[in-house]
Amino acid sequence: MKGEKKKKIVKSIKIDADKCTGCRLCEVICSSSHAQPKYSSNNPERSRIRVVRDPITDRFVPVYATEYTKAECAGRKKYTIAGKEYDECTFCGASCPSRDIFKEPDSGLPLKCDMCEGEDEPLCVKWCYNDALTCEKREEEVKEGTQPEGVEIGLESLVNKYGLEKVVDTVARITKKG
Amino acid sequence: MRYAGTGFSLEIDLSRGSIERVETDPREIELFLGGLGKNAKIFWDRVPPETEPFSPDNLLIFGAGLLCGTPALAANHTCVITLSPLTELVAFSNMGGFWAPELKYAGYENVIIRGKSPDLVYLWIHNDKVEIRDASHLKGMGSLQTQTFIKQELNEPNAQVVSIGMAGENRVYFATIEHDSSSASRGGLGAIMGDKRLKAIAVRGTKDINISRPAEFMELRREVWEYTKFRMENPIPETMTINERLGCPQEMAVHDEKWHTIMASWGNSRIRITDFWTPEIEKEWTETMENMRVRLIGCYNCPLKCKASISPPGQPTYIMKCYSKMTWLHGAYSPSLDFGFRIAQRAFAYGVDSISTPQVIAFALELLEAGILTESDFPGMPPAGEARPGTTLPPNNEERFYYLLDKIARREGIGDVLADGSYRAARRIGKGAEKFEHNTIKKQEQLPIKLGVLDPLYFLMFCTGEKVNITQIQGQYPQDPFLKRETREKFVKDWFQVPDEKLKQYFVDWHGSKEEGPNRKPYYPTVKMACEIVDWMERMHYVDDSLGICGGLSSWNKKPPYHLHNFPKIISAATGMDYDTDKLVQTTRRIRTLLRAINVRRGLRRKDDKPPEDHWAKRFPELENDLIDEFYKLKGWNKDSIPTKESLHELGLDYVNQDFIERGISTDKEDTPAKNVA
Repeated sequence: MKGEKKKKIVKSIKIDADKCTGCRLCEVICSSSHAQPKYSSNNPERSRIRVVRDPITDRFVPVYATEYTKAECAGRKKYTIAGKEYDECTFCGASCPSRDIFKEPDSGLPLKCDMCEGEDEPLCVKWCYNDALTCEKREEEVKEGTQPEGVEIGLESLVNKYGLEKVVDTVARITKKG
Repeated sequence: MRYAGTGFSLEIDLSRGSIERVETDPREIELFLGGLGKNAKIFWDRVPPETEPFSPDNLLIFGAGLLCGTPALAANHTCVITLSPLTELVAFSNMGGFWAPELKYAGYENVIIRGKSPDLVYLWIHNDKVEIRDASHLKGMGSLQTQTFIKQELNEPNAQVVSIGMAGENRVYFATIEHDSSSASRGGLGAIMGDKRLKAIAVRGTKDINISRPAEFMELRREVWEYTKFRMENPIPETMTINERLGCPQEMAVHDEKWHTIMASWGNSRIRITDFWTPEIEKEWTETMENMRVRLIGCYNCPLKCKASISPPGQPTYIMKCYSKMTWLHGAYSPSLDFGFRIAQRAFAYGVDSISTPQVIAFALELLEAGILTESDFPGMPPAGEARPGTTLPPNNEERFYYLLDKIARREGIGDVLADGSYRAARRIGKGAEKFEHNTIKKQEQLPIKLGVLDPLYFLMFCTGEKVNITQIQGQYPQDPFLKRETREKFVKDWFQVPDEKLKQYFVDWHGSKEEGPNRKPYYPTVKMACEIVDWMERMHYVDDSLGICGGLSSWNKKPPYHLHNFPKIISAATGMDYDTDKLVQTTRRIRTLLRAINVRRGLRRKDDKPPEDHWAKRFPELENDLIDEFYKLKGWNKDSIPTKESLHELGLDYVNQDFIERGISTDKEDTPAKNVA
C-alpha cells in the first residue's frame, strides 16, 4: 500500500574528489553501458556522471545526473571551498534548461543516473581505479513511493517542451504508420 | 556505419581560408590504421620531397589514433606529423591528454592543414561547425594560458585545445605543440604551426563512437584492466623505481632519482656526477616536490596518474610529467629541483622542447667559456652561480639558463642563432664551434647520455629510429640483464608478451655484470638477436602511435597489458576488420617502411644513421657495420637503407618503388648501387 514504510537497500555513492585524477573513465563506461545495444557505442555527452576538471585551479568534481527539471532554479549558487571558487551550477545534478549537461546531445532528452540497476555495483564505481568513487549499501526504512521510469521522465520533458496535445498527436500518428 | 573511425577528415587551407570535410577511405584504415600510419600515407601521397619545412605546401597533420574515443584504456594519443625544421626530414610526435578523443567525438579522424594564414588565427571545431578565428589578441601568450583563454572566450569549459607558445610563433626550431598535460615536443613541430600562423586548435565533440563487436571488445578491455592492476602490484625486479610498474616514468610520484642523476651527463652532455645522489639531496628534493606538487593526474580514459599539477610559489600552476623534471637542472649543473620545476614552467609556457633546449643553452655557455663566443654576445647576462658545497658540481648556470631561454623564445640576439638548434648554430658561429656540438643525430639534440662500451641494442635504436629519439623506440626489452640467471629464468616464465619464444632465451643467456661468462656487450645480444629485439621494440611503438595507445600501458614498459597478441583482437573487435598478429606485423612493416621511404626520398641514406661520435667511449666499427647491414636486411632495405623493390611489393607499396625508379633512387634491379639524390 502506498505510504507504508518498507525496508529497502539504499545505495549511496561516496565521491572523494581529492582522489579524482580527472581521467573520466566513469564517463566512458557510463555512456558505453547505457548504449543500445549495450557497449555498442560511447559518448561522454550521454554519460550520467560528468567530471568537472580543471587541473590549473585544481578543481576535480564528479557530478551525477539527478532529476529533470523543466524550469531553472530562481537563484544560482556559487561555492567557494578551501579557497577555490566553483562555477554556479557545478554541484547540481539536474537536467535543466539552463545548460546542456545531462541531456542526450541529439534529442535533448534528460539523463538520470539509475545506479546501474542489474549490475553488482554502479559501473563508474567499479571502474574508478583511484577510489574517487566508492559505493556503500545500507538498509533503510523508506516510505513506499513510485519511482518514475526513464520513459516517464522523457515523456514529461517532451510534454513540457511541445505541449501535451502535440505529443499525443505525434504518438497517434506514428503508431498509425504500420 | 563506421566502427572506431568517424568517416571524415578535416582539410584546412590556411592560405585560402578554406575548410572541407572529406570522407575517409576504410580500405586505407585496414592498410595503415589511424594516427601515425594514416599520417604517413597522407604525407607520402601529398608532400613532394623537394618541399621545404616552411613552405605553404608542408602539411601539418593532427591524426587521432584509430582507437581514440573508444573505451580502449589509454587510447588518447594524437600523432602530429610534419616536416621538421631541425632535421628537414619528416618528423612526428605524439601527445596524450584529451584532444584526440574529443576530435573523434566531434566526428573527425584527423585535421590536415596546409598553407599559411596571413594573420595569427586559431581553429574552432565544434562538431559540424568549423571556424577559423582571429588570434591576434593571443600573440605571445603562453601555451597553457592560451588554452584557458580560448575556452573562456568560446564559453566552452569542456573544449580541448592544442596550442603553441611564443617559441612556436617565432619559429624556434625546437618549439613544441602543447595540450593540457601533454606535449608534442620533438622535431620542432611547433615552429611549423607557428609558421602557418596557427596559434591553437580548439575542439568540442558530442557525437558517438561505435564499436563493431561490443561484448568481445569489452571483454578484451577487461583483460587489459585486470593485467594493469596486476602489474601495478607486481613491479619488475632490478628496474629503476620510476619504470618498474606502468605508465610513463613515474617521476612525479617517485622521489628516488638516483639512477637518472648518476647516469646522465650534465652540462652540454659533458660530465657524469656519480656521487650526486646523497641523503641530503634526496631529503631536499623530496621536500621540494611534496611542496610544489598539487595533484597526481591522468589522461583520458587511463587509470594511471603519471602527470602532476605543479605550483611553484610565485609562478603559475602548470603540468609536468617524466624526464623534463631533470633535463633543465642537468644542463645547468644545478643541484636544485626547485630550479628544475621553476624553469620548466617558463619553458613549457614558451613551448620549447625539454631535451633540446637545455642542451642548446649549455652548448652556448660552453662556447662562451671556450672564448668562441664572448661576453658581447650575451649583453646583460647574469654571472654563473656558485658551486654547491658538498657536491662535485661545477658552478651552476641557473640564472644564465633563464636569460638564454628568454632570448631563444624571442629569437633575440644570440637567441636567434641558437633557436636554429645547436647543429646549425655551431656552423653559423664557426671558429671551432662544431666540435662542441657533439650530441645530435640528424641535427636533433639527444638525451644527455654518454656511456662506456657500445650497446648493440641502443646502437641500432639511436642510429635508425625514424623518430630520432630513443624514448620512442625503446621499452619492451630490459636495458640490462638481471644479475643472476635464476632471476632471469623467473622473469621469462610469464613473459607472454614476446612475439617469439627465442627472445626469452636471449635474455636468460645474457650474463649479468657480476656473473662469469662472455655474453655481454658489445657482442651480446648478437647481431641477429639485437636486430630481432629492436625490431620488436620499435614495432610496439608503431602500433601504439597508429592506434593512439599510450606507451605507458604498452610500448614503453616491460610486460605491458597491451601486446602483439591482444592488439589484433582489439582492432578486430573495435573495427570489424579481420586482423591477426601476422597482419598487424605486416601493417607495421608497411607504416615503418613508408616513413623510411619518405625520408629516403628527401635524401636520407645509411650515412645519416649514426650516433654522435662520442656517444660511447668504446666504439666497434666492424660490429656496427654488421648490425646496420643485418638490421636493414631484416627491414627489407638495401645497404643504403633504401627499401627494396621486393619488400615494397610484399607490402603493397609498388607505387613507392615506382616513384624511386622515376627519381633515380632505385633501378629496376635489386641490390644495384643507387644514385645519390641531391
